[in-house]
Amino acid sequence: MSTLVLLTLTGLGLGALYFLIASGLSLIFGLMDVLNFAHGALVTAGAYAAWRLTGHLPFALAVAAAVATGAVLAALIETVLIRPLYSRPKDQILVTVGLGLALPALVQGIWGADARQLQPPRQLAGTVSLLGAKVPTDRFVLIAAALAVLAALKLFLGRTRYGLVVRAGVEDRAMVTALGIDVRRAFTLVFAIGGALAGLAGALGGVYFGSVSPDQGTSLLVFGFVVVVIGGMGRTDGVALAAAAVGLIQQFTNYYAASGLGDFAAVAILAVVLLARGNRDGIQRLIRRTA
Amino acid sequence: MKRDGKLKIKNLIPAAVLAVLLTLPYSTLSIPGVFDGAVNTPGSLQLLALCLLFAGLAVGYDLLFGRLGLMSFGHALYVAIGAYSAELAMKDMHLPLATAAVLAIVIGAAVSTLLGAVSLKGVGKLGGENLGTVGFAMVTLAFAQAGSILVGRDPKTTGGEEGLPLSTEKVPAAFVGVVNTVNLYWLALAYLVLVCGVVWWLTGSRVGRVWQAIRDNERRAEVLGLNPFRYQLGAFVLAGTLGAAGGVVHLLVTAGATPETTTTDFTLALLVMVVLGGSGTRWGPVLGGVLYTLLDHRLGAVATSDSVAGLPAVLRIPLSQPLVLLGVLFVLVVYAVPGGLAALPNRVRRLRRGGGAGPRRQRSEQHRLGVVEGEPDRPHPDRVASEL
Repeated sequence: MSTLVLLTLTGLGLGALYFLIASGLSLIFGLMDVLNFAHGALVTAGAYAAWRLTGHLPFALAVAAAVATGAVLAALIETVLIRPLYSRPKDQILVTVGLGLALPALVQGIWGADARQLQPPRQLAGTVSLLGAKVPTDRFVLIAAALAVLAALKLFLGRTRYGLVVRAGVEDRAMVTALGIDVRRAFTLVFAIGGALAGLAGALGGVYFGSVSPDQGTSLLVFGFVVVVIGGMGRTDGVALAAAAVGLIQQFTNYYAASGLGDFAAVAILAVVLLARGNRDGIQRLIRRTA
Repeated sequence: MKRDGKLKIKNLIPAAVLAVLLTLPYSTLSIPGVFDGAVNTPGSLQLLALCLLFAGLAVGYDLLFGRLGLMSFGHALYVAIGAYSAELAMKDMHLPLATAAVLAIVIGAAVSTLLGAVSLKGVGKLGGENLGTVGFAMVTLAFAQAGSILVGRDPKTTGGEEGLPLSTEKVPAAFVGVVNTVNLYWLALAYLVLVCGVVWWLTGSRVGRVWQAIRDNERRAEVLGLNPFRYQLGAFVLAGTLGAAGGVVHLLVTAGATPETTTTDFTLALLVMVVLGGSGTRWGPVLGGVLYTLLDHRLGAVATSDSVAGLPAVLRIPLSQPLVLLGVLFVLVVYAVPGGLAALPNRVRRLRRGGGAGPRRQRSEQHRLGVVEGEPDRPHPDRVASEL
């Protein structure tokens, strides 16, 4: 029982991390058709900002600085590099690929290739007893953060004017522009939100893994992609569910099958979902043809 | 008449380039700044072999990216399959090199058939119009990452971070040792010629025209009664198989299977080469592959040099990381030279003619669609060459 509780909460904690990364990716992709390969670099930037400031500042402020780092970097990338390539979507992706190569290498040049220990504050370092299991406190913090972000995103998209513009832009960018609304400002905003979420994921990822390293962001990005594809582009709820599912399956597979097999399980689910989706389309076409 | 003459010269270019490459190992020329010693020294030949190998890998990758508009982020997987399968077949199954190589290429073909089918099924099933490319990119990346994890998590079989040294006793003596570097150069050259031969021949054939139709507008191709999935899968399997063959060459040239061949950075390097040189063109990927490999090595040498060590941190840190410079260079190329280096001569010519502003817009639109070669009013050079 206690193992089950521990595995579930650890899996959900990992899922929370995936959700933070995937929701930013999915938001940017949904609105702008830009697959942001620099997203992992933003996660790394956030992680290093948190690592540098932990110990000098209260931990909450260090996390806030990580969030700000991600947001500012993302807004800069959008205005300086992405916007001029407005009519060249493929080149927009290529530019983020270049950044995704250069930024982690720069971090490695400054702070070295080795992983750096991130010392979380005392309140986060301990464990909480729950149903006989000793669960590390940071798991709860991660889950709470992901739930807060999910609620905030839903409120932002559903209740605010900008959210409306973003949602409409996802549906039909040309129509929104024709109505005289400046979508470009929404673009910058969405990019900054994505970056802020990446920064938060970086800082919390540092807590979860206990260390930060230059390529941590890029390896997390892969699971961000897996979650986005399973959950569906631009669907916040779907992404949240997929993130939780991937995190749980990964942890349970690692424990009950073999360590390391969990990462495979995540990719295997992706393959199954893709095949099932493809077949569903095929079946629908078949029904239409026979009807 | 004049045009015919021009085209004949154009057909002679590959022969001329091949002749130069064939005679290169006999050259005692020394190019300071590019090679440390004369061209015929083992060090230079090793670097040249790597250049040719990566040129071949880039041409194979461009088969997907430039010819079909498929942005694969998992091409490294097939190179790694080639290198690791061949090495493991020699080490654990005690097969001779030739048999191991064939086995590795067959495994590469089988895996690319399976994963290609799954990845391409996902294309276009994620919603709107051009989501296909992006879904494909993400899915291929995820599969390649699984391969990378496998290599990292099973150090007993794959050597983990250390990689596996080449089982030299299974390899013919001609490919072993510093004195035989020239043979590795020939091998790499043979690989490049093979890949160029296959890719160029196919792009000039009917299949190539179907690929172009699918790349330009998949739906239109479908309406015309073509089955895009079948052609895309065919190209994916071909690229994967050629990639696995390249992996075997990589194993021999670098004398071992290294985990670097499994990383996303390896695929991204191929993407950078293709974009740098010019995607969807004949010579672009070759040029990009050679240039990137040379730059990567020279920048690595710059990074460890004394002159960099003495610089202030602001300059020293970016200069000490080749990837920072390559990443920045890549971004600059995407901006300043859309269409890559292969498109430069045409751009310069057009600027001289003074018609700079007009076709530019059309060009960027073409580039968006992945068409970067040839002028709109003239037939595709590859096609003209093949029809003669």
